[in-house]
Amino acid sequence: MMPDLGRYAFEVSAAYIFSLSVLAGLVIWYLARNARMRRDLAEAEERRSRRDG
Amino acid sequence: MVSSYWEYANPTRFMQTSGWLLPVVAVLAVVTTAVGLIWGFFFTSDDFRQGSTVKILFLHVPSALMAINAWLMMLVVSLIWLIRRHHVSALAAKAAAPVGLAMTVIALFTGAIWGQPMWGTWWVWDPRLTSFLVLFLFYLGYLALWQAIEDPDTAADLTAVLCLVGSVFALLSRYAVFFWSQGLHQGPSLSLQAGERMDMAYKLPLYVAMTGFGLIFVALVLLGTRTEIRARRIKALVARERMG
Repeated sequence: MMPDLGRYAFEVSAAYIFSLSVLAGLVIWYLARNARMRRDLAEAEERRSRRDG
Repeated sequence: MVSSYWEYANPTRFMQTSGWLLPVVAVLAVVTTAVGLIWGFFFTSDDFRQGSTVKILFLHVPSALMAINAWLMMLVVSLIWLIRRHHVSALAAKAAAPVGLAMTVIALFTGAIWGQPMWGTWWVWDPRLTSFLVLFLFYLGYLALWQAIEDPDTAADLTAVLCLVGSVFALLSRYAVFFWSQGLHQGPSLSLQAGERMDMAYKLPLYVAMTGFGLIFVALVLLGTRTEIRARRIKALVARERMG
């Protein structure tokens, strides 16, 4: 299944591994930050509703 | 019709619309990117001159395209912020910057690793490469400026101005190959003009990968803008708590 990359195997593999890692890291960072803000906002809204009665 | 677009400048309306739009765009982004890259990596033959390094094309061109387009999108929303003071537009610009930075890093890395076997060097102070490096520095500066300023409106103003200045380099990155004839970097890979050089066997998966990268950008900007709207709301609630 893996194509024969010949003498450029290192260059092509490195390009794909690096790029996909950067994209995956970026997506994980966006999702994690969004989840954290969601949680923090829910807590802040709850505090406000408790305070305001 | 035009006035209806401005409804999305309302954070509540934006959250409602992006709430259902985001999963759709995210699924399309994953599928399209996977198809484009799998097609390009596994099902295209080696180029007669470049060998298997031609497969780097499917990462390098879409990421370079999105690195420039992300900045141009930031320019448009920054102008909207400066002119109409819609907070969602400023937050969308902030949300787009990390994606643009990541795309620039991918374009620079894949370009260098492709250039080494083809040009015999990782880097050369070619007009397009140099303007891309400057664009990378502008992304870093833009993100640093957002972090450095406490007041969000002041940060939005100053980053919008920086975005206007950086747009010169974004455009330079795109058009450097046209008005500078020197340098190792080739001309545009895709062109509507006659005498195009790229074979359909490469062009089709490239178009799919470009669409995929574009959709990744849209999905992450939607997600990031939602995050920034929430972060702003938290700030407002915390400030209200402090005032008693």
